[in-house]
Formats: sequence, C-alpha cells, structure tokens
Amino acid sequence: MRAMIYVNGEPTELRPGAKLAQALALLSLSVEARGIAVAIDGEVLPRERWEQTALDDGARVEVVAAIQGG
Amino acid sequence: MSIEALSIAGRELPSRLILGSGGFASHELLSEAIAASGCELVTVALRRVDPGAQGSILDAIESAGASVLPNTAGCRTAPEAVRTARLAREALATEWVKLEVIGDEETLLPDGVELLRAAEQLVAEGFVVLPYCSDDPVLARRLQDVGAAAVMPLGAPIGSGMGIRNPYSLTLIRRAVSVPVILDAGLGTASDAALAIELGCDGVMSASAISRAHDPVAMAAAMRAAVQAGALARAAGRIPRRTYALPSSPESGMAELAEASARS
Repeated sequence: MRAMIYVNGEPTELRPGAKLAQALALLSLSVEARGIAVAIDGEVLPRERWEQTALDDGARVEVVAAIQGG
Repeated sequence: MSIEALSIAGRELPSRLILGSGGFASHELLSEAIAASGCELVTVALRRVDPGAQGSILDAIESAGASVLPNTAGCRTAPEAVRTARLAREALATEWVKLEVIGDEETLLPDGVELLRAAEQLVAEGFVVLPYCSDDPVLARRLQDVGAAAVMPLGAPIGSGMGIRNPYSLTLIRRAVSVPVILDAGLGTASDAALAIELGCDGVMSASAISRAHDPVAMAAAMRAAVQAGALARAAGRIPRRTYALPSSPESGMAELAEASARS
C-alpha cells in the first residue's frame, strides 16, 4: 500500500507513515534547511515538529522560501 | 526630526528608505543596490521552493548588511495573507511583515476590507504589521486603531512609475495617524521620493523604480540622496506658495539706464 502525498502540488507516492524529511528530500532539502517553512494542509508546521511529523495519505505539503519580491 | 533615521515599533532604522528586492537581474546586483541605498530593510516574497534556484536571496541581503522584511504579495484574502505571514515568520524568524492583500488584478490595488481583517488578526498573533494600503486617511486610521506599526499608502499602482498621484491624500494621512507613514508603490524616480518626505511621510519604499532603472545601483544612490534631501527640506521649511512674484532683489537704487530716445 502506498500513500499519495502532494509536495508543492506534485503528487508523490510514499510509503504510509513516511516522515516529512522524505518529502523535503524530494526538493533536495533536509529538516536542517535554513530559510524555509512548511505548511501541511494549510497550517504552518513549526520547525521543532519537523523531525517527528509523519504524513497521512492525501497530505498537502507546501514548502516555501524567500525569493525576490516587493 | 532626524534626517536619516526612521523608527518603527521601537526599532531604529538607519535609513528612511526600504528597498523592494523584486525585479533585480541578479542577486549580485541586488547586493550592490542595497549597499548604494544604505537601507536596512529589504522586502522578500515567499514562494514554493524551487530546487533549481541559484544562490540564496537571504545571503545576498545579509551580506549587504541589511535584514529581510517578508511580504504577503500575491495574497487575495485575509486568511491567505495571515497564513503567508505565519509561514514567513517560521521561515525567516522575524515578526515583521509587510502586509499586502490585493483586490484588483489590473491595478493591483489593495483590498481595504481584507487588509484590515488580516492586520487585526496578525497584530493579535504578535506580528509587527506594516500594511500596504490605498491613500485613504480613514483606512489608515482604522489600520492604526487595530495596531498596525506603520501605514504604507501607495503613490500610484505598483510598478506604474506614475509618482504621487494624490499628494493631498498623503498630507491628510500624515495628520490622521501617529504611526510612521511610508510611501509605497508607484514611484518613478528620485524626485518622487523627495516629495513623499516633504509631504510628511517618514519613509519611502521603492522596488521597481530602482530595480528596473537603466542603472539600478545608481538609482539606489539617487533614492538615498532624495530621501535625505526631502527630510532636510521638510525640516528647513518650504516657503508659502504665492500667486504673483515676490522680488528677490531690491527694487530701490536702480541705475538710470533708459535709452536717450526714450527721454522726452
């Protein structure tokens, strides 16, 4: 059985119970990455919870960083 | 009035200029412009991580000695702007946010209703909120009332370069609020920045006028000089406008130099 996770809008199959770190790895990032933030299903996930957070089937993970703007 | 410094929410900023980082051709050019502008705050937007992105904008800003001011550019509703601000706080470890909630696609004018709602919520969550607003003195006061740390009225639509379309509104906003007034959006060139300060604004935010100038680093230096000139001129006090001339040379003691043919 696989879980479908959406990482920045891209559907990705991961094993059920996969950790956030695996989703970040798809973006060449780790839980140590500086200057990024994560929201799951629209809610900001504080950095101190990144390590232990597991992703449910259908989870929408948004990973953002600062870019030029304004 | 200090000529150079700007104080927002108890934080002393060494410059009255806030630089927008949008539109610079490279991070190197952005760093050079920051140095030339002398500004302390540089706005950034938040977007999905691009794994192929070259270099870090945070390094570009911090290496130039400035700090980031995240914005909520692109947000159309209060909840979206609030969530974006929370993401910015998490990503960039700052409570400060330049709050933008856009209400019209063509003009990118702010949506005052959503803006006020988002500002109130973010202040309650401990943010230092700097709302980008229309040049409306009543809305500016309402934003101050819900705890905005400054107000950022527009001079003209974002990127339009039209300058300050309604100077009168800015003078009313200056009188309507006690928080800093920072002119945001619409500047075309340095004289617009000087005018903003002369009209009573405490600061000026500029992005496109600098980043899209033929020589962005030179324009950053011009903007720096312009806000200083505006502050000096405001402190010096402009003369009143008059309908007719007031001679600046004495009218008495003129030599008799009429031509001979004109004599009787």
